[in-house]
Amino acid sequence: MTPLVRHRLFWPAVVLVLLLVSNVFFAPRFFTITLQDGHLYGSLIDVLRSATPLALVALGMTMVIATGGIDLSVGSVMAISGAVACLFIGDLSDPGSVGGVLLAVGLALGLSAVAGIWNGVLVSVIGIQPIIATLILMVAGRGIAQLLTGGQIINVSSPPFRVIGAGYLLGVPVSVIIVAVVVAAAVLLIRRSALGVLVEAVGASPTASRLAGIRARGLTIMAYVFAAVCAGIAGLIFSSNVASADSNAAGNLIELDAILAVVIGGTALTGGRFSIAGSVLGAVLISALDITTYTIGVPAETTLLFKAVVVVILCLSQSAAFRAAVFRRRRTPAATPAAEVPA
Amino acid sequence: MVDPPILQMTGIRKTFPGVVALDGVDFSLRPGEVHALMGENGAGKSTLIKVLTGVYGIDAGDITLDGAPVRFGGPLQAQQAGISTVYQEVNLCANLSVAENIFIGREPRRFGKIRWSEMRRRSAELLAGLDLHLDVAAPLGTYSLAIQQMVAIARAIDISAKVLILDEPTSSLDASEVERLFQVMRRLKRDGVAILFISHFLDQVYAVADRMTVLRNGTLIGEYATAELTQMQLVTKMIGKELTVLERLEEEPRTVTADAPRQPIVEAHELGRTGAIAPFELAIRGGEIVGLAGLLGSGRTELARLLFGADRPDHGTLKIDGRPVTLRTPRMAMNHGIAFSSENRRTEGVVGELSVRENIVLALQASRGWSRPIPRRKQDELVERYIKTLGIRPADPDVAVRNLSGGNQQKVLLARWLITEPRLLIVDEPTRGIDVGAKAEIQRLLVELADGGMAVLFVSAELEEVLRLSHKIEVLRERHLIEEVDNTGGGVDADRIMQAIASGAKS
Repeated sequence: MTPLVRHRLFWPAVVLVLLLVSNVFFAPRFFTITLQDGHLYGSLIDVLRSATPLALVALGMTMVIATGGIDLSVGSVMAISGAVACLFIGDLSDPGSVGGVLLAVGLALGLSAVAGIWNGVLVSVIGIQPIIATLILMVAGRGIAQLLTGGQIINVSSPPFRVIGAGYLLGVPVSVIIVAVVVAAAVLLIRRSALGVLVEAVGASPTASRLAGIRARGLTIMAYVFAAVCAGIAGLIFSSNVASADSNAAGNLIELDAILAVVIGGTALTGGRFSIAGSVLGAVLISALDITTYTIGVPAETTLLFKAVVVVILCLSQSAAFRAAVFRRRRTPAATPAAEVPA
Repeated sequence: MVDPPILQMTGIRKTFPGVVALDGVDFSLRPGEVHALMGENGAGKSTLIKVLTGVYGIDAGDITLDGAPVRFGGPLQAQQAGISTVYQEVNLCANLSVAENIFIGREPRRFGKIRWSEMRRRSAELLAGLDLHLDVAAPLGTYSLAIQQMVAIARAIDISAKVLILDEPTSSLDASEVERLFQVMRRLKRDGVAILFISHFLDQVYAVADRMTVLRNGTLIGEYATAELTQMQLVTKMIGKELTVLERLEEEPRTVTADAPRQPIVEAHELGRTGAIAPFELAIRGGEIVGLAGLLGSGRTELARLLFGADRPDHGTLKIDGRPVTLRTPRMAMNHGIAFSSENRRTEGVVGELSVRENIVLALQASRGWSRPIPRRKQDELVERYIKTLGIRPADPDVAVRNLSGGNQQKVLLARWLITEPRLLIVDEPTRGIDVGAKAEIQRLLVELADGGMAVLFVSAELEEVLRLSHKIEVLRERHLIEEVDNTGGGVDADRIMQAIASGAKS
């Protein structure tokens, strides 16, 4: 096999392309991108736009999973972030003031960071298993968001706030730009500093890392804070896009999609080696899948089933054992086992 | 010994991307013999076993068992056909009972219900056959490693009794336990079991093996009767050159280079940890190799871990450069220039997923903190230098460490600590499970480092090695440091230390 085919993101990328191409049979103008009122329009742009919250959450989730943890609370943090921002803007004397909106954004992200510290401390200082530790905030966080909004949907009409999720800059959706900037900054920070390799060491072997002098505690807390802040930004994009804070809908079940995106991207749930590009690709793929179900007119009641089938195909395509079984049998009758790593 | 071979491998070839692991290797095993597979790290011993048991496929060659060609899809199939393997690390569940471990996956049942009493009875019988009388209902973890290993053998024998592969079974056993294992092996031999034995201890191989097959760099060097090959000839065949390094070391007198008395780098006063090591006195000076001798479980590792802050003492004081310190974490010890290479290199040493380069710079990077990455050029330079100095193979900094053989992983671990330029290097069993060539290299390296002024705390189960290297030897027995033996002029022999260990007398 050529190096391209062996690349671990090859098969997810193939599935993504197939998904996108399959849309053309149902919507011939699927790949057409037009410029209207100085804004880029088209289904591909929609795929990217709808992928933005998930891509951010998956980015944060990648770092947490790399440490060997998991964060179930990201959806609730999204809800809190959106609720806080909308409440703050709603209370402004002038909801249109840029300064006020920036303050609201800062407050929302600050609270998100606090949520991340909470998770990180529970996991790395108190030593609760990550799935349980973050389950606490997953349940409590949505409760807090509902408490803040009084169980209502808070509508805001603030043009500057609306820019975050629905605005355009040079024709490109602002949300897409935000995600691109955050991802690029994260990659630069994580791979140019030693954060990446230290986190991978901690995730792959906590004992060996400790004896190599790595202080896992700080790294773990940082990962959870990063995940929470990413979720906070995602929450802002979501609530800005719908111009309201909906504590029930914001980030509902997004933690599961995010975990799926990370796994599609080739990061093992056991921690260690991680791939940010893979997770972003995974998020775009999931978003493309959602859009495809609309385009090809899958009946609403079978949407979830359709999604499940695609996910199964995707997972099979990534399984080395499955690929070996399918491809080798055809070439050589004497099938050799899949794992070929010298000890 | 004219029985036809039960197992015959011919012309075995196995390649991994970029590496030829085995090339045209022949191997045959007769019933009722112990056949040793010899070779340096990376010679292809493990690969040959994995090819045989179906863990890997082969690119060319034939395997016949009882005259019929076979090709296994995995260890399970191999086991069903009569080939069982017992690995270096015991692959059993410490939390299950002895009987459960022996019968796991094939419990005696009636109407789907496990027949516990039957299972325990049969386990006890089976173990009695190996002269082991254990409480088979007790958790396996309550027994020593040696016993666990024999339970693993009992399980393997009970499943299939044609071919038994023992991969480094003795590396964590002490002398009496090894003898016990050999008794078991001889008994099995009498019963007609063919045993493939891998060990780095030449004496053991000579004590128990009938024939041996020597591999070097993935090729077959030859098959010999043990009686017809001297140890020196064997070593020469294994490494392909005369082994002179060890002999040279032997002749060099151990002298501490700098002038004594100097301030010790590390001084332990009444330092101890309940249940791990009784309070002890120890001083280590620069330029000095201090050896820790004692049986398995005598507290050697526990003592070393206290000095590195890996465990916290609950007694006594530790002084570094004369100043009292409390080492709460390994990192604090590192800040004082102390390095510790653990005996469990796979779980506590290298990070298997990461590359050779990442593993080598890990400790240095950790002490610099995440925000000050080591520049790539500096990394390459350091890594290249140590790959060369220590002879790490393959010499590819980007290969994942888990793909390296045990000896090379050990070298990576040493390199990790050497680049931090420690003042005290604690090495726990650095030569365990590695071949003679690498062993001599590592020993020579430690001597050179000490000559350069570094203090070394050398922990090893092999007395000869401790004697050869150490300026002074701390003798441990049952978690007490019982004696300090001065070895500056050499002259101390193994018997002297053995006596100290055996008698437990304080001097």
